[in-house]
Amino acid sequence: MEISKDKFKLAKKDTHLEQEKISTPSLTFFQDAVRRLKKNKVAMFALGLLVLIIALAVTAPIISPQDPNAQNIKYANLPPKIGSGNIPGFSGELTSQSGAKYDAYAGLPSDKTFILGTDYLGRDLLSRVLHGTRLSLLIALLATLVDLLIGVPYGIVSGWKGGVLDTVMQRIIEVISSVPTLVVVVLMLLVLKPGLLSIVLAISFTGWVTMARLVRAQTLQLKELEFVMAAQTLGESSFKIAMKHLIPNLSSVIIIQTMFTIPTAIFFEAFLSFIGIGMPAPNASLGTLLSDGQKAFRFFPYQMWIPAIVLSVIMIAANLLGDGLRDAFDPKSE
Amino acid sequence: MVKYLAKRISFLVLTLFLVASITFFLMKLMPGTPFSNQAKLSPEQLDILNKQYGLDKPVFIQYLSYLWNMVQGNLGTSFQFNNQAVTSIILERMGPSLQLGSQAMLFGSFFGIILGAIAAIKKNTWVDSVATFFSILGISIPSFVLAVLLQYFLAFKLNLFPVALWDGWNSSILPSLALAVAPLANVARFMRTEMVDVLSSDYITLSKSKGNSKWQTVAKHALRNSLIPAVTIIGPMTVNLMTGSLVVENIFTVPGIGEQFVKSIMTNDYPTIMGLTIFYSFLLTVVILIVDILYGIIDPRIRLNEGGK
Repeated sequence: MEISKDKFKLAKKDTHLEQEKISTPSLTFFQDAVRRLKKNKVAMFALGLLVLIIALAVTAPIISPQDPNAQNIKYANLPPKIGSGNIPGFSGELTSQSGAKYDAYAGLPSDKTFILGTDYLGRDLLSRVLHGTRLSLLIALLATLVDLLIGVPYGIVSGWKGGVLDTVMQRIIEVISSVPTLVVVVLMLLVLKPGLLSIVLAISFTGWVTMARLVRAQTLQLKELEFVMAAQTLGESSFKIAMKHLIPNLSSVIIIQTMFTIPTAIFFEAFLSFIGIGMPAPNASLGTLLSDGQKAFRFFPYQMWIPAIVLSVIMIAANLLGDGLRDAFDPKSE
Repeated sequence: MVKYLAKRISFLVLTLFLVASITFFLMKLMPGTPFSNQAKLSPEQLDILNKQYGLDKPVFIQYLSYLWNMVQGNLGTSFQFNNQAVTSIILERMGPSLQLGSQAMLFGSFFGIILGAIAAIKKNTWVDSVATFFSILGISIPSFVLAVLLQYFLAFKLNLFPVALWDGWNSSILPSLALAVAPLANVARFMRTEMVDVLSSDYITLSKSKGNSKWQTVAKHALRNSLIPAVTIIGPMTVNLMTGSLVVENIFTVPGIGEQFVKSIMTNDYPTIMGLTIFYSFLLTVVILIVDILYGIIDPRIRLNEGGK
């Protein structure tokens, strides 16, 4: 049978396809998460605040008006004062026991003022708070790094290998996590010489466990997925699979957990310094400053206010950013 | 169930044994002796003291006798504090700590549940935002910072409570409050998440379609079902309270276990430090075990032999 050509006609170009076309560029998982994070105003504000605090802490040795440990008894316990003292709260005035206000700067050279005041040894509190924040953040950073370096490989190996090794590794984790962190931290600090590294060690001794647990749980799910099987079939070594396939897919869990490790580390440093087994004198950390401030708050409340506010602001900002990151990386959670 | 219990309890014993051993050997490594901050003692006097406390024997023998005594509930005698038995120190000091802890827990849970439930019902309104803001504050600000602020404002400035004194219920309010904020915030946050979930379930729709009012539905169905998973945060809450109590008791000079712990650290009082370490670990592991068992009983969907959680 023959059909003549004129029975056919050209099909109309399908406009349907036009409508289906995706005009925006496709986003990777990370780009998508960053986009979601940017939309979250609270988290972005917290991020900005943290960046500012970190910048101040990093540049502390440059921007501090003087050596944080330099003592000058002549200037002891001076309240905050800016310029000639016209700004409320920075007037250089103190309230005596009877309730009368007096100028604490009376009799001192008029060009000498301390923006955040001085402590009982005449040390400049602004310099001490800047250096203290620097130290607290450094401890948090190192503790988080140790958490990552131990927790992530531990979790991956435990989840990936499975079997007896996994069981043994999980039992170890169970024992470590059944001892209260507080007890471990205190014991470690008693044995080690007090100082920065001891605090980091003590905090990360139990800190990595949470990270390892989360990474293991995620690895268990990932290793059942097709792309991992494909990589295995192609003969990739376990190490390469871990580096190329597992870690990128674990990154959201790791980032979120890291963001919550930082405030925990800052908390424990402040806690230890507060009860007197953290940073030894004369080092300033947020914990030691708060502890000193608490002892003096009857007559010099500003000494307690400043570290309390700085510590609280850092903790709140870190938690808000952590929440924002969790919402951004794990849209299911909201 | 029996098998599960046996497994968990044997694990608990193993954990405590490890904690006791590690604590013991760490204490042996510690610098300073318990007698170093007392007035100068002659070598003969030191010998007598060492003999009296068994410090002249080999470390391993000391270790075995320590374990054996521990099993019998004897945690040794304190080097300081008039040779008091560590067990009796713990018993004596448990009262105030227990009081603060339970007051904080009750207060925190009660208001946490209310705050969380309101936030969930008023989801995505300004009420929710305010509640969320306060729970973030509560979770973020360390209990000791709060304690210092409370002490400054309510006790020192406004004279409503004693600054640092342990005398009657009035003096327990501030430390309890400082400790209660973190549990409150955590419970509120947990409650909100659970409640939002529950409120979108079918049985809530059913209850509404039967003509029950919104509040009846919430009280009868939503609240109850949201409360069950909240049992799981009792464990972490206890840990938080314990950590917080260490500093908070110190700030308010409460004669509790936390204050004793810090004091013992400062005076190199090994037996008390060891005893309190083991006591803390024991308390924590037992609380977590009880919570796991409780959770299995309340919610039969959770099978205990699968890790309990």
